[in-house]
Amino acid sequence: MSDDLDDLKSLMNAATPHPDAARKSENLALAQKNFADLQGSRDGVRLTSDRPKTGIISGVRNMLSTLTSRAGLTASTAIVAVGLVMLSPLGNDLLPPPTDTAFQTAPQPVEPSIAQRKTAPVEPAPQLEVAPMVATEMASDGTAAALPPASPALMSTRANGRMMLDAPVILPENITETFANADTNPIQVTAQNPVSTFSIDVDTASYSVIRNSLSNGQLPPKDAVRVEEMINYFPYDYAAPTGTNAFQPTVTLTPTPWNADTQLMQIAIQGALPDLAERPPLNLVFLIDTSGSMEQPNKLPLLKQSFRLMLGQLRPEDQVAIVTYAGSAGEVLAPTAASERTTILNALDNLGAGGSTAGQAGLQQAYATAAAMSEEGDVNRIILATDGDFNVGLNDPDALKDYIADKRDSGTYLSVLGFGRGNLDDATMQALAQNGNGQAAYIDTLSEAQKVLVDQLGGALFPIADDVKIQVEFNPATVSEYRLIGYETRALKREDFNNDKVDAGDIGAGHQVTAIYEVTPKGSPAERNAPLRYDTPVITQNASDELAFLRLRYKAPGSETSALIETPIQATITGEAGFAAAIAGFGHLLRDGTYTGDWTYADAIKLANDTKGDDPFGYRAEAVQLMRLAESLSAQ
Amino acid sequence: MQTDDTSLALAAAGGDAGAFGTLMERQYDRLFRLCFRLTGSQAEAEDLTQDICAALPAKLRSFKGEATFTTWAYRLCVNAAHDRRRRAATHAKAASGWGDWEVNRRAADAEAEAALDWLTQAMRALPDDLRDTLALVLDDMTHTQAGEILGISEGTVSWRISQAKKHLATLRKEGTP
Repeated sequence: MSDDLDDLKSLMNAATPHPDAARKSENLALAQKNFADLQGSRDGVRLTSDRPKTGIISGVRNMLSTLTSRAGLTASTAIVAVGLVMLSPLGNDLLPPPTDTAFQTAPQPVEPSIAQRKTAPVEPAPQLEVAPMVATEMASDGTAAALPPASPALMSTRANGRMMLDAPVILPENITETFANADTNPIQVTAQNPVSTFSIDVDTASYSVIRNSLSNGQLPPKDAVRVEEMINYFPYDYAAPTGTNAFQPTVTLTPTPWNADTQLMQIAIQGALPDLAERPPLNLVFLIDTSGSMEQPNKLPLLKQSFRLMLGQLRPEDQVAIVTYAGSAGEVLAPTAASERTTILNALDNLGAGGSTAGQAGLQQAYATAAAMSEEGDVNRIILATDGDFNVGLNDPDALKDYIADKRDSGTYLSVLGFGRGNLDDATMQALAQNGNGQAAYIDTLSEAQKVLVDQLGGALFPIADDVKIQVEFNPATVSEYRLIGYETRALKREDFNNDKVDAGDIGAGHQVTAIYEVTPKGSPAERNAPLRYDTPVITQNASDELAFLRLRYKAPGSETSALIETPIQATITGEAGFAAAIAGFGHLLRDGTYTGDWTYADAIKLANDTKGDDPFGYRAEAVQLMRLAESLSAQ
Repeated sequence: MQTDDTSLALAAAGGDAGAFGTLMERQYDRLFRLCFRLTGSQAEAEDLTQDICAALPAKLRSFKGEATFTTWAYRLCVNAAHDRRRRAATHAKAASGWGDWEVNRRAADAEAEAALDWLTQAMRALPDDLRDTLALVLDDMTHTQAGEILGISEGTVSWRISQAKKHLATLRKEGTP
């Protein structure tokens, strides 16, 4: 029997024609147009109402939209008759007086007109009163929530008050993504500018945004690509620090995959992973954006699931509070011990989205809550979950920066979790996390939540070193040119390295940070800058086999003064280019490919596959998939 | 690691125009294929696909991801095909009294139809419910999925398929003496 079906199937497959290309594009265009048409009306509806509307007006509206024309005529005539009675002196007491306090505060411009009608003779013909009915009916067809105040016959005092309360706040729902980035770091000539200084960065948001774009079939915006965040997304097998050291730097020198005449100098920092029992108690304030834009499935619902995952990782002595903000900020859950899971989960489940986004008020309340929870020796952290859209209060990244920088001194850390796309304000999120001594991650799937909030929770919550700065001085005798890959938004001034007042990135428990320089050895054919004719001769030091000198500064958490680690870097190749190099190359290709020559996605895929190594969680395999997607997308 | 269609559809239901575009681009050929199998003629299938394209954005707003997008979209296709057949039946009834001109035209149509291949004819000869079921199963749907789309039990799907096979076997016997 199944043979019959198979025969039929192959016959059918042969008989099925290809869709007509012209009709296809026409039909797809039609679908897009209808989709676009719908969006306009939906935004109005979605943003105006926080709760389902009940009341006389919408009841009448529903009735009119479901009635047939004949029944409608009968009904509307009846309503007009009732309206006439009510507006007459006789019917003035028929409607209940407004009792809700909200209504009493609302302006009631209808009063004079009612008074007027009281004195007017009760003789208007029904035709006169039908006009407002029609207006109502038309308004019910349209989707704009603003009803013209044109039907005094229907609008009792009560209904009119309701209309005023529901004055629509229509916010544009355009794609308003902004990304924080700067131009790709240029090549530096060692003789002129031997020192490179930057702050470490443990964010991973950029990689997730790129993954989200690629898996939706689009190349990511160039500014969304921050190479250092891509590299730091992956766990590497670095040597762990010994003894009481907070972290352990490792430096390797490998050939550059995309240029045979240069080398990659990779500075790897592995943070210590303190024993779970030795970690101080945590005070967490979840600051959750519940504005209207958070309603989509990949925002608030995903956020709830993510926090639920995280809750399982907390210890009984940890405390959790929840502050939400939409049109205004409010504390949803007072500080509660993490062991009371049900209370916390219920509070999370009850969150709903609606309203505008008063981000600043939310931050103020969260900092106040964190201060109230704080006890000696605790770690206080605010975890802000948002789609980045701050449209009430301070919304300028610079102004927010100042505000956070001010609050940072209270010792409270601020981490930012980004959700959803469309109005993702990456620039604001970066500004918040960088200045709030925290980490920015972008959560696009539940597996990403698992990675950030479960697997690497220690790093996200327990700081082990603050204000970590890296300074590399290159030796002009061995290096003619160098270029820092990524960290464009993290550059520091040379003199800021020794200034403990200047803020920099923090490292959490078990965090890994990787920075890669592409260095051009002296005399290499890859030198891009020709030697100057009038140059002063380089004074060669006796340490001429050194490639560079690495300086690291960091503060113990809460400390005011920094410690210094110094180590020379030898100019000998220590191995082959690793997975980090493949990711660095991938990032370059996504940005513009200025420095990668004729190296292609195919080369990146090959290198990544060759160096994938042990990949227990499949992060690296996923990166290879993304490279393949980017390859196909860029070929279009 | 492409985003699956269901997540794309959810994004589109949330108002993401980019996701909607990608989704339609990916699904169009598939939908068309099913439409062809449901209607049995290219022109009809093009029209039916157009109906679906026009209605999909509005319908998508109620897509909550309870079923996979494919199941959901196929259900939409089957329903749209039903609507179309119903309209065509009404139209045929109205047009049946149009005299000789119409009779002649229909005779010409019937001749053209005779020239069509055996399979298309056979499919058209099947009762509507059998044809819908067969079209879905031929499109690599399992009996469970087809049942979900048509809103009937898995057992009914299996029964219908065996009925359809019987029908086709009879038709084949008649067609090839």
